[in-house]
Amino acid sequence: MTDPALEVINLKKAFGGLAVTQDVSLVVRPGERRLIIGPNGAGKTTLFNQISGDLRPNSGQIRLFGADITGLPPYRRAHCGLSRTYQIITLFAGDTIQHNVSLALLGLRPSRWQIWLPMSHYRDIAVEARQALDAVGLLHLADRSISDIAYGERRRVELAIALAQRPRVLLLDEPLAGLSNAERTTVKSLIASIPRETTLVMIEHDMDTALDLAETVTLLNYGRVIVDGKRDAVIADERTREVYLGT
Amino acid sequence: MRWITAALIGGSLLLPPFFAGDFYINLASQILIAAIFALSLNLLVGFGGMTSLGHASYLGVAAYISALLTNRYGFGHGAAAIISISGTVAMAGFFGVIALRATGLGFLMITLALSQVLWGLAYRMSNVTNGDNGITGLTRPAPFGISLENPVSFYWFALIVATMAFVMMTIFVTSAFGSSLMGVRDQARRMAALGFNPWLIRWITFVYAGFWGGISGLLYVYYHKYIHPTSLSITSSAEALLGVIAGGSGTLGGPAVGAALVLLLKNYASAYIERWNMLLGLVFLFIVLVMPTGIAPGFSRLVARMRGERIDDRSRA
Amino acid sequence: MQFWIIQGLNSLSLGGLLFLLSSGFSLIFGLMRLANLTHGAFFMLGTYIAATALRAYDGLNLWVTALAAGFAVAALGGVFERLVLTRLKTNPLGQVLVTLGMSFIISDACLMLWGGDSIPVPTPRNLQAPTRLFGFVFPTYRLVLVGLAIVAAVALYFLLERTRLGAMIRAGVDDRQMARAIGIPVSNLFTIVFCLGAGIAGAAGVLGGPILSAYPGLDADMLPLALIVVILGGIGSLLGAFVGSFVIGFIYTFGIALFPELAYIILFLPMIFVIAFRPQGLFGRVGA
Repeated sequence: MTDPALEVINLKKAFGGLAVTQDVSLVVRPGERRLIIGPNGAGKTTLFNQISGDLRPNSGQIRLFGADITGLPPYRRAHCGLSRTYQIITLFAGDTIQHNVSLALLGLRPSRWQIWLPMSHYRDIAVEARQALDAVGLLHLADRSISDIAYGERRRVELAIALAQRPRVLLLDEPLAGLSNAERTTVKSLIASIPRETTLVMIEHDMDTALDLAETVTLLNYGRVIVDGKRDAVIADERTREVYLGT
Repeated sequence: MRWITAALIGGSLLLPPFFAGDFYINLASQILIAAIFALSLNLLVGFGGMTSLGHASYLGVAAYISALLTNRYGFGHGAAAIISISGTVAMAGFFGVIALRATGLGFLMITLALSQVLWGLAYRMSNVTNGDNGITGLTRPAPFGISLENPVSFYWFALIVATMAFVMMTIFVTSAFGSSLMGVRDQARRMAALGFNPWLIRWITFVYAGFWGGISGLLYVYYHKYIHPTSLSITSSAEALLGVIAGGSGTLGGPAVGAALVLLLKNYASAYIERWNMLLGLVFLFIVLVMPTGIAPGFSRLVARMRGERIDDRSRA
Repeated sequence: MQFWIIQGLNSLSLGGLLFLLSSGFSLIFGLMRLANLTHGAFFMLGTYIAATALRAYDGLNLWVTALAAGFAVAALGGVFERLVLTRLKTNPLGQVLVTLGMSFIISDACLMLWGGDSIPVPTPRNLQAPTRLFGFVFPTYRLVLVGLAIVAAVALYFLLERTRLGAMIRAGVDDRQMARAIGIPVSNLFTIVFCLGAGIAGAAGVLGGPILSAYPGLDADMLPLALIVVILGGIGSLLGAFVGSFVIGFIYTFGIALFPELAYIILFLPMIFVIAFRPQGLFGRVGA
């Protein structure tokens, strides 16, 4: 029996008196496409932040392919194969798109500590960066500055950056947010074409759009897991309707 | 364009010993020393995004250690220099651990507090540092037996060190590490998610900046043959910071230009005005309000505008 | 024994002064996210005003002078805030630099106006006689100073916790954007708080005069103490400034008395401990 790609065990987080994550447990199998849904304030992004290491849980455990990463700082988790995208785009605004992706590639290489040679010395980084951009259809914009491109294109750069590291587990935080219909179709097909070696866990606020990408769904509300299981089962479940329609 | 400017400046640096009198050659030496100091500070400010108001600590400590070792304990200059720089780097490592517990304004306040503590120590521990009298009667080293007593030979020495400093700091900033440093400056959280260790990157830069600050301190004490607690003061740190900002923290050479301007201003102003500090304060206000990105970017912005290019104000290596 | 008592009282009075100085600094930092490096100079200005006024007009009341100086410095601070600081809203580094520049300007102006010698400030006549308590002799003025600091602390507490202005300030400290969004005039609040901070510092300078005297460099001596108090006690926390001030007052006073050469290192150590183990200060909030 292989280890789950991502396991969250009895995670609890509270800010002062406000409990934002209440005893959350999740098991994501390797290669799975998991969607986490829930109304505003359900604690989805807080959960992601604890998984990525930006936030420390009060108690509980997080395991990546069996290894306990609960105490690890974010940068160590990247080296364990965890990658994420952000809801608010946090790219390197003054740099070219290719440089953005190159930085992502540099992050896992020992050459990031190189104080003599410039990044341009490492041809393989440039080659891989262009490949990553090609995979998201942005190769033609490689030398443009981030601030020069459209919002939808920036979302694709986010994706390219995360995928460039060939992560074992990829957290996608609202990857479709703010996109036009056309852009949405493009990004969705990109997500759908991500290889099975990468396990996907997505947050999406808008259920309808993201559902076709999901195999399994977890419904959160008030920091708790309400329903968890195969997509169709969760959708049909009464509790899901309760949460969203308040009936 | 860049290369022409660099060549011009480089060329002009070779001129003083041939064309200028002693006074100007000495002034040029002081400019070189101030330039190294400002460049080292800019590693933190411009490229690291960490504004420190305590950089004078490294200049002062290196200077004091060298002065004490040579003057009071009979060390040779070579050994004194090595011990002095090692001590300064160790101190930078220690201070870095403390200061980097915070970022932004917290970092600024801690560097300021630490530096003021050192300054106070320099004044009060008078049996060690001679307090307000400073340490006088110091000597200059004689590398390879060549005396540095006369202005011209000192100038060449300072020029060689300054060139090495500039080259090495440029390599540092344009390296892969430099790219990660600037990445951390711009989006620390993102960089962490990508696998970079923001704290360690900042700390290494902090220590390296302290190293070059110490080197400038050695040159400083060799030049003046005298050291006084004022070199550790907030005014000293502030002058360097002004040089960085006036010259432009976004460029490689800007801080050197800014440091030169501040030094020249100080020199000329003190002939006419007694109140240098007040002038310094007014210049601070002026630069920040009117030319926040400094003179060098202002110049390259002008050139870019003439060429019809886009303008990007952040530090580029 | 008398030595320890006296040092103890000196610690308390220094602590009281430091509280008056750093409460303003902490408020300004907490609300405006501004490390006001002019704060030491505001204090010094008050001391110089006291030195001149009280020596020129023999019967002048110290408390009145403190109030007047407080207002004068507050006005200066207000002008500075409106003319300079508001233009630099998007440039926090620039804000710090101009406060530094301003401190240089003020300190040099003081040097120009009052010369380089230290000018003592006379203790109010009715407080010159020492007080006898429990068989010990205390300098009365220092006792009064401690009392004043406590009064000021209570007054500030009331201002912050019980008045509408205080509620607005606290809201601004907690979440500036939100405060603006619900209609709090944040920009005016900034000016008010800056004036308040500067004014308290100026008044504190007057009150500190009899103990410290007015001398060039007073600002450079006081500013790092205020910084260390705020680093120790936590930014934006009045309680932190209160506790921190007295802790530093004790450490500094006893340090200078017992190990004069190492006083600065002794100050340094608690700061390092706090930063190492609790970077937000004793009472500050994480992420402030």
